[in-house]
Amino acid sequence: MSFREDHELHGRRFGRNLGVALTLVVFIGIVFGLTVVKVTRGDYEPENARIQN
Amino acid sequence: MSDASINTQFKTQEAGFGDYFALLKPRVMSLVVFTAMVGLLAAPVDVHPMVAFASILFIAVGGGASGALNMWYDADIDAVMKRTQARPIPAGKVTRDEAFAVGITLSVFSCVMLALAANIFAGLLLAFTIFFYVVIYTMWLKRWTPQNIVIGGAAGAFPPMIGWAVATGGVSIESILMFTLTFMWTPPHFWALCLFMKSDYKDAGVPMLHVTNGRRSTRNHILVYTLLLAAVAIGMAFTGVGGPIYLTVALILNALFVAGAISIWRRDEEVSEADGYKREKSFFALSLMYLFLHYGAILAEATLARYGLGGW
Repeated sequence: MSFREDHELHGRRFGRNLGVALTLVVFIGIVFGLTVVKVTRGDYEPENARIQN
Repeated sequence: MSDASINTQFKTQEAGFGDYFALLKPRVMSLVVFTAMVGLLAAPVDVHPMVAFASILFIAVGGGASGALNMWYDADIDAVMKRTQARPIPAGKVTRDEAFAVGITLSVFSCVMLALAANIFAGLLLAFTIFFYVVIYTMWLKRWTPQNIVIGGAAGAFPPMIGWAVATGGVSIESILMFTLTFMWTPPHFWALCLFMKSDYKDAGVPMLHVTNGRRSTRNHILVYTLLLAAVAIGMAFTGVGGPIYLTVALILNALFVAGAISIWRRDEEVSEADGYKREKSFFALSLMYLFLHYGAILAEATLARYGLGGW
């Protein structure tokens, strides 16, 4: 099995791509954390949802 | 000149992740994070730590997005002023189009995410803050009136109100007073900077007060705004976010700040030039500590209140 050789652009933009990847991972973590908090404390229960609206 | 040459006139080299991050004005973002955090923690409603963390992060991203849009619009004057020549667009690392794309995307993203994480009112308040900074201040006031920094300073004063809104879902007298503290602090802070930055704003054609009305008038304005600021800052001690710690800090800092403003007011240009604007520079440095310590004192009162201490 062989992989194509990296284009010069991959090396040049490695830092930028790594930064974007880490940002996305952090964002996923935050959304997951928020979801866990909101579900466990019952923000989305029908009665609470009605009060919020 | 073609459109393409306008859009790429500053771009000369590959941008790294840090260059895009620099578009968000990290130093301004740190002030936004701190004041928003104080506003959130000083509110009389507990917020789950995860919701608080995410909300502060989205407020910071929103503040950063408005910074990117400011750099997009002001690229021409940033290239002229020494203080801003190293920013990513004039330095040739990021194009104006890229800065605009980053700014718009993060603006929408941060407001929607804050509305989902905290509440719709907080999201709308963040949206209004971005609108105020980009459209009212950057596009309209900055190049038009010497009162630009007075009215435009409101944009930097909203974060503690947004933090308060994250916790309470609304506005109250305490959050309006925190807004007023930063709002009244901004003019003397910036005008002191203008006095020793000399020709930077003049070269860029920005009608700052010292360019249009002269340096004597700027010194007068610094004193008047500092006296008004002192009244607001000390008055806050007797509201729900104040207490004996805050009052002590406010009395000391405002005594120093008013003394500094009087000193600047009594000097003329010859005296200032002779000692390299020593008093103006120390007043500017004090202004940074002034805001940090006032919000620090509010945070101390709020923290102690959780243990039955703090406040009156």
